[in-house]
Amino acid sequence: MTVFQLMLMTFLIVCAVSASFSRNLLNSVLIYMSFSLVMSILWVCLESPDLAITEAAVGAGVTSLLFFATLKKIRGIVIEREVEKREKEEEEAKEHE
Amino acid sequence: MSRRRSREEYERTLAFRFFRWLSGSKDPYLGRVEMKPQEEWREEESVQLDHLHDHQMLRDRIYDTEHNRKIIFFYKLYKLSAVVFCIGLASLLLYTVSYLPKTGAANRPANNEVPARYIEKGLQETGAVNIVTGMILDYRAFDTFGESNVLFVATVTVLILLHAKRNSKGEEEQENDRIFEPKNDAILQAGARILVPVIILFGIYIVLNGHLSPGGGFSGGAVIGAGLILYLNAFGFRKTEKLFTEKVYKWVSFSALTTYCLAKSYSFFTGANHLESHIPLGTPGHILSSGLILILNICVGMVVACTMYTFYVMFRKGDF
Repeated sequence: MTVFQLMLMTFLIVCAVSASFSRNLLNSVLIYMSFSLVMSILWVCLESPDLAITEAAVGAGVTSLLFFATLKKIRGIVIEREVEKREKEEEEAKEHE
Repeated sequence: MSRRRSREEYERTLAFRFFRWLSGSKDPYLGRVEMKPQEEWREEESVQLDHLHDHQMLRDRIYDTEHNRKIIFFYKLYKLSAVVFCIGLASLLLYTVSYLPKTGAANRPANNEVPARYIEKGLQETGAVNIVTGMILDYRAFDTFGESNVLFVATVTVLILLHAKRNSKGEEEQENDRIFEPKNDAILQAGARILVPVIILFGIYIVLNGHLSPGGGFSGGAVIGAGLILYLNAFGFRKTEKLFTEKVYKWVSFSALTTYCLAKSYSFFTGANHLESHIPLGTPGHILSSGLILILNICVGMVVACTMYTFYVMFRKGDF
């Protein structure tokens, strides 16, 4: 096992832990994406390029896209414009009081 | 001929009373029995105060999480046992893994006559340079067929669960969802214009070269699906609807699965009855070689690409 593979595996563990401990759901999905990407590199190192292609396309691509779509549906992604609008509304409400 | 009676006269007869009773238009007890509306149930003031006092006591004593010793103890024990359980499970698994034979060691139990046969005679029997594809689409084609069907069934289930009719309550929400969508995002469109053709071409290359180089139907199909999703995100539903509708999805999936099923049934039938299949294997290394594997790869790729794209569309819009 080379140093490179060891580094990748450490990165994998860090990714796995931080994905589950991240407070922001969007960050979790992004970390999960990078996890899949590193995993696909590891598959190449383990001499299974077939799996590497599938992992990159499904794990890093399609699954995260589905996660994004779901997050958007459940309003898990908060857009800055929305936040500003909400803050303005709150300020106006305070002023009215 | 019966005599015609007046209304008052008729009301006095037995028949009138009987039919009146039958239809229930008059309550026989009404006007005879005294009826009182039910009074509202009320508690006495002292009882109410008692209840309030009880509630307050409950809140003070039991739900006082900061000073309740039992709850504090329970929380601490809970955290401690969770940590102990996680560490125990991880160490148990690691301990088990340490007994596994090393990767690539000669005395692995998986190193028996089956992979030996695949490696030695795979090229000769299937004509596929890529042994993995030869395995999954020739020796184990039945499994792959089941996999494609699982994908198809999953999409059908998603269609049933997420399919929303237009002009219904969901329309407002759909529009709401599109408010935040960057319409005509310049960066995304410029990127997609360069990337999408490359991605889809690469996917087609993976599918068609499945028997020569790493890859195959599933991974190539996933790449094509991802490219289609990128195109959809950059240019919106209106452009993709010209190319890809529900009808297209239905027919592509149906024809691909049927072709797969028929092709494999033929080779199973001939193989089981020791007949010659008359399908030329071709020269290994050429694109038109290895018998049915190329066709099967294309079928799997089409099903997977359609499935990925349909999943995304269903999640986003609930309709094609």
